[in-house]
Amino acid sequence: MAVNGSVKKIRMSDLDRFFSALSLTQKVYLPVEKAGQYDYAPWEPGVSYDPEELHTVKSAKGLFFPQSEDLIKYRREGLSLAIGPVAPEDEEFVVFGVRACDVKGFEVLDRVFLTDPVDTYYKARRDHGTVISVMCPKPEETCFCGTFGIEAEAPGGDVQCFITGEDMLMEALTEKGEALLESVSGVGNTNGDGALLPAADETDLKAAEEVKEAHREIMKKLPLAGLTTEGFGKDADLLTLFDRPEWKELSATCLGCGTCTFVCPTCQCYDIREYDTGRDIRRFRVWDSCMYSDFTMMAHGSPRPEQFQRFRQRFMHKLKYYPDNYEGAFSCVGCGRCLKKCPSSLNIAKVMKKLGGADND
Amino acid sequence: MQAVSKKVLDRARELMRDGTVSRVAGWKAGEFFYDCEPALFETEESLKDLVYNRFCAANLSKFLITNDIASVADRGRTLVLLKPCDTYSFNQLLTEHRLSRDNVYILGVGCEGMCDVDRIRALGIKGITGVDESEDGKKLTVRTLYGDGEIDVDGVLVNKCETCKGKAHKIFDELISDNEEEGPRGDRFECVRELESMAPAERFAFWQKELSKCIRCNACRNACPACSCRKCVFDNNASGIASKANTDSFEEKLFHIIRAFHVAGRCTDCGECSRVCPQGIPLHLFNRKYIKDINEFYGEFAAGEEAGQRGPLISFEAGDREPNSVSDKGGD
Repeated sequence: MAVNGSVKKIRMSDLDRFFSALSLTQKVYLPVEKAGQYDYAPWEPGVSYDPEELHTVKSAKGLFFPQSEDLIKYRREGLSLAIGPVAPEDEEFVVFGVRACDVKGFEVLDRVFLTDPVDTYYKARRDHGTVISVMCPKPEETCFCGTFGIEAEAPGGDVQCFITGEDMLMEALTEKGEALLESVSGVGNTNGDGALLPAADETDLKAAEEVKEAHREIMKKLPLAGLTTEGFGKDADLLTLFDRPEWKELSATCLGCGTCTFVCPTCQCYDIREYDTGRDIRRFRVWDSCMYSDFTMMAHGSPRPEQFQRFRQRFMHKLKYYPDNYEGAFSCVGCGRCLKKCPSSLNIAKVMKKLGGADND
Repeated sequence: MQAVSKKVLDRARELMRDGTVSRVAGWKAGEFFYDCEPALFETEESLKDLVYNRFCAANLSKFLITNDIASVADRGRTLVLLKPCDTYSFNQLLTEHRLSRDNVYILGVGCEGMCDVDRIRALGIKGITGVDESEDGKKLTVRTLYGDGEIDVDGVLVNKCETCKGKAHKIFDELISDNEEEGPRGDRFECVRELESMAPAERFAFWQKELSKCIRCNACRNACPACSCRKCVFDNNASGIASKANTDSFEEKLFHIIRAFHVAGRCTDCGECSRVCPQGIPLHLFNRKYIKDINEFYGEFAAGEEAGQRGPLISFEAGDREPNSVSDKGGD
């Protein structure tokens, strides 16, 4: 972290004022509690940021790739039929409080949606969204972002933040991030004794380094700290991995629900469906799950008639097919949501331990 | 709990060894102490991973039909470990001819209430790496990455256990339990009365808030032992309603209400729906509402109390309530 004026600081108690100022021009999404669960929702007066909450139930991917979004609308008026595409989103927005793992999750999606053929709907949201990450507070036992080379102490995005006690340091990493912080530079703090976002000084930067160092120490102690990607990735033999007999045992009690795929920050498969109200038809795309029996259903039926094949598909995609397609990059970021949410407690960590390198046991 | 646990593991091994059963449906030690996963053990050697502890909440009845293991006789008998509440689901599946009784050997296992790690987390405890249960089973010492602490077991029970239906097994071949005498705990309809006492707008707001969290992952349906259809209408692309997502708020509610009606009279209140919901929606409240209504309309009835029952919704008597009495009950 360099002292070049690009690192600002804000009092934690002034965050509401920050959100309020940004909200004048755009929506600000942040983790909000609703009936006991945290998910991203727009800031509004009365909503405050909870720095203790590690993860939203769903990742922030839905802000760029919503669970369902309309593509085309048809409307019948007498004998005529009006058909119109739905324009991609063009409003600016901010996503605040994203963790390092989820920021990397966006990169996984970018490789899929922003390479030719570019997905215009996704691209529009990426272009108009500004990502503000916040270094995670206490990581959970289910965290393993380090396995995929993610540095939790450098969460990334357009602006990255670090909480140092009473203050939060904000470091702009991109021009978009700079512009965002600049846009509220004229706003004063709540006490009325200075700017909302003054420049951070040496002491602040030192405090941030200490917080990061303490965080690194905790990351080393996580139960999954030793989990490696050995045995997977570009260099692994596809058919050997595909034919491993353990897939059946690993998936024996998979219920075939879509929980793992829907809470996952990197799952990107979707289906296109139509919703007929009698007068209107909406063609929309919707998150799909490779765990579902009708996933990639074709005229001849399902290419994966058994649940173990669907289960295998999900992990082969994350650990083998995706790396093959994108220069070795994995499509898991170790956020641990599937570890917490699978009704049968099946998850990628168990798969990697069973099928991966010997060191994982 | 530990005493029962040891006996259960020993007995499962014996039954496998002496050839009474060919496999065991139980819970396997997970990655952490709390994520015991339902598992099938096909060899005696694999039974080293079998566990039975405070974190074995999953109801194994559904797994018997998910894998068709109890419907194929030539695969030999399967030993299944069932807690008292799980036996209701098993009976209900027998009633619906989804299981063959002869293919299953039931070891009824005593239960003192299961714990929910999410409720431990809800206390603000993070980075949980282990627990130790006190001798009397009332306290848990929780070990975390950030230090240790002690909590009350009662405060972190799985939702369904807070109002346990009782410790008696409704069907079994053999029993390992030391608390069969204990009856129901708490009043499981108190939460329904609270909902009923709300003004319609308030109740609507309550459900709106809860159901809008739904991500249509279908975990509730897939874990539900009463959802025993071989193919769900929501998975049938020709049905016109298999749209996979909440295309609007109407559909969001539709899915859960249709499902609750479909299992009404067959739901044993096993609580799996709420336990597995990744979004923490209290789905069991729908089911309890219907159970309470059925009790009031047709007299006390507990689905799964015994195999082969004919529930009030699939039998007819001349004095049965007319449909309008149901709508009167719903308020305006």
